[in-house]
Amino acid sequence: MTKLDSKIPQGPLAEKWTHYKEHARLVNPANRKKLDIIVVGTGIAGSSAAATLGEMGYNVKVFCYQDMPRRAHSVAAQGGINAAKNYKNDGDSVYRLFYDMIKGGDYRSREANVYRAAEVSNASIDQLVAQGVPFAREYGGTLANRSFGGVQVSRTFYAQGQTGQQVLLGCYSGLCRQVDQGMVTMYARRDVLDIVIIDGKARGIVARNLVTGEIERHAAHAVVLATGGYGTIYYLSTLAVNSNATAAWAAYKRGAFFGNPSFVQIHPTSLPVLNEYQSKLTLMSESLRNDGRIWVPKDKEDKRHPNNIPEEDRDYYLERRYPAYGNLVPRDVGSRAAKERCDAGYGVGPTGLSVYLDFKDAILKQGKKAIAAKYGNLFELYHRVTGSDPYEEPMRIYPAGHYTMGGLWVDYGLMTTISGLFAIGESNFSDHGANRLGASSLMQCAGDGYFILPYTISDFLAGEIRTPRISTDNKAFEEAEKTVAERIDKLLKVNGKKTALSFHKRLGNIMWNYCGMARNEAGLQKAYGMVEELEKEFWKDVRVPGTSRELNQELEKAIRVADFFGLARLMITDGLDRKESCGAHFREESQTGSGEAKRIDSQYSYVAAWEYTGDGSAPVLHKEPLVFENVELKERSYQ
Amino acid sequence: MKVRLKIWRQPNATAKGKFVTYDMDSVSPEMSFLEMLDSLNGMLVEKGEMPVAFEHDCREGICGSCGLYINGYPHGPQKLATTCHLYMRVFRDGQTIVVEPWRARPFPVIRDLIVDRTALEKILVAGGYVSVDTGQATESNTTKVSKEHADEAYDSAVCIGCGACVAACKNASAMLFVSAKVSQFALLPQGKVEAKRRVQRMVARMDELGFGNCTNSYACEAECPKGIRITNIARMNREFWKAKVCGQKTV
Repeated sequence: MTKLDSKIPQGPLAEKWTHYKEHARLVNPANRKKLDIIVVGTGIAGSSAAATLGEMGYNVKVFCYQDMPRRAHSVAAQGGINAAKNYKNDGDSVYRLFYDMIKGGDYRSREANVYRAAEVSNASIDQLVAQGVPFAREYGGTLANRSFGGVQVSRTFYAQGQTGQQVLLGCYSGLCRQVDQGMVTMYARRDVLDIVIIDGKARGIVARNLVTGEIERHAAHAVVLATGGYGTIYYLSTLAVNSNATAAWAAYKRGAFFGNPSFVQIHPTSLPVLNEYQSKLTLMSESLRNDGRIWVPKDKEDKRHPNNIPEEDRDYYLERRYPAYGNLVPRDVGSRAAKERCDAGYGVGPTGLSVYLDFKDAILKQGKKAIAAKYGNLFELYHRVTGSDPYEEPMRIYPAGHYTMGGLWVDYGLMTTISGLFAIGESNFSDHGANRLGASSLMQCAGDGYFILPYTISDFLAGEIRTPRISTDNKAFEEAEKTVAERIDKLLKVNGKKTALSFHKRLGNIMWNYCGMARNEAGLQKAYGMVEELEKEFWKDVRVPGTSRELNQELEKAIRVADFFGLARLMITDGLDRKESCGAHFREESQTGSGEAKRIDSQYSYVAAWEYTGDGSAPVLHKEPLVFENVELKERSYQ
Repeated sequence: MKVRLKIWRQPNATAKGKFVTYDMDSVSPEMSFLEMLDSLNGMLVEKGEMPVAFEHDCREGICGSCGLYINGYPHGPQKLATTCHLYMRVFRDGQTIVVEPWRARPFPVIRDLIVDRTALEKILVAGGYVSVDTGQATESNTTKVSKEHADEAYDSAVCIGCGACVAACKNASAMLFVSAKVSQFALLPQGKVEAKRRVQRMVARMDELGFGNCTNSYACEAECPKGIRITNIARMNREFWKAKVCGQKTV
């Protein structure tokens, strides 16, 4: 049994990262150009890491499945990016940001990692501003802030409702600069299908060129995965429809442990499911909850138009249940509260699966112009998609699969259990525990890519300066390429009747119903069997037309869906193991009297790191105990 | 509702393409245009035919992947919307809908409706950035930026790089795209230091890649799904001539 070593540095919390940096091994500039690094994924984490590593003098190769890095799904983050600048003078500090994240994550994250994420947050803002990211400003010319769910300070920097786009484009511009200078080579339109391990170290990847269909080998001294989350496992989610888990899953199958796979954040404010054809759930930024009030009618039978329902007949259920935080409760709490109302029959809209998000009071108080300045583009988006005008009537919203706190297990240096394989951004499990607070994902991605990985990967590469360039002729490459080619061949040969997408929809349904916002023992067990059955059916009845040697989008989909089956089972297995509720993981068997998540710290205060042991056999659970030296574990209360 | 689709099919970059007609009998007005294509593709795949290749990803109008030329308009007839935000309710029952890829020499067709738009990235690589090394930035609030400038820079920076401006232009000009980036940095103090070099390099790269000159017909502005203003082009021209006339070094 492999021992998990999180390699947390000794010393007081606030000094750990400084101590680490001061003692990490360095690579001499002359040696850096002899070392190759592969970065997979070009969102905020991947782009910022690749740009920084290129700038340091390493040879960097970057891979993405899109035609250009700028399209990675970080682009869709709306609300903002947190930092502990305390520009609002409301008592914010690195410690408070750390504390809010630990508490928001329901005490299931590592203190040292979270503290470091908070610690580097300010530098990320400075970096992005210097790159020309046009964050919102006050009339005096200083940066503006707003508040976000789950906290009591205003520490969120934003660019209207398109912060992710602006931050990503900032990171991408840095990447372009390194491409210009010849330090980074771009490999766009590639799906990374396997990780190549030589003598126990990650030394390369096998990728499919999505235009020619050619299987390519790429070697390096270290591999960084910045491949994002796996929320598309629900089929309908707020993610880009091509987002996938394939590279991370390949890493898992090659020996990287998967941390807390069942921890998935269901975002409370998405557009509801409107029809059976829908391919996507569009997010409505959480920032809307700053001014919007969420309600349902007090009477189940009240079918009046929302504008005709008077105040006294409305149930502002978040304000009622959580007076201290009101509409700004953390996402998991907000999502469950919406589900609770809808399950009880108070939901609105044709399906009964939505609640109102109302701006009437805010418009009356601040004026339409002020609301338009803050949320104009979101209101237009809503109007365009639904045909209803949120200035005139309340929005209808419902929770949707959004962010995966789970991901590849990494140590303090962001290295997975495979030596030389790193995971950053959403693809790792590390900073958000069982629930992520709003605007902390951009913060983590930029922090990982700009300020953390460059130090930790250098510490690893310092031991590699005598390793010559890795050759792609190595047997391990041959074996990986063969595995990939055989699998593709197998998919093409099934020649069944159903599309990959139809399987994806069905899988998504199973996961949403049994491993979504609420889980229980019987449901999870049932879902496990259903996923197994569906996978069998997939391999008997999927139809992938065309060949592997051409641009073949059906093949791309089929490969991604095929990987989701295994991941779905792993999520369910993890959900079964964790019999407590914590954060977004809500086990119905474990709740408080008022229906809140009830943690069982004595038994479950650990990170579940799962080890792959073969397709036919059960994964092995390794527990990383979570030790809290700086915060006291409390029942998370937002009342 | 029913619609008749005439879709450009071209198996690869070198093959000769042609329009193929597909009749769709049960389209819901609530479907997005891409969901309608998903359903066409589902039917094609079940018959063992190759589906229509088209690009898409976020399906919320921000990644810039999708881009179809629909009935003569980039991203279709709806203003200020990407193809993924186009809904079937804007079409009439029984309407014929012609779907083509972006047509521009710098954007060669890869397959069906997918074109290669990396020429846009090549222009950004030629200076579409501020040269600041990681960790060298000063405390943000030491540089103040007026709200007006920050907001205007933001309005230029929201470009999603979809290429509709190029597709809309009879000269296949990329000037709206390039000028949006040039403007963003020209408006902010952070971008000033390299402004002269940047505009000259980016314009030179744009010309080299085969994009045409501005036609002054405003088609790009009319078709831009993000509302990028043509005043950016005027600003870029000013920046360009300022650099040529007053620059210490011509790039």
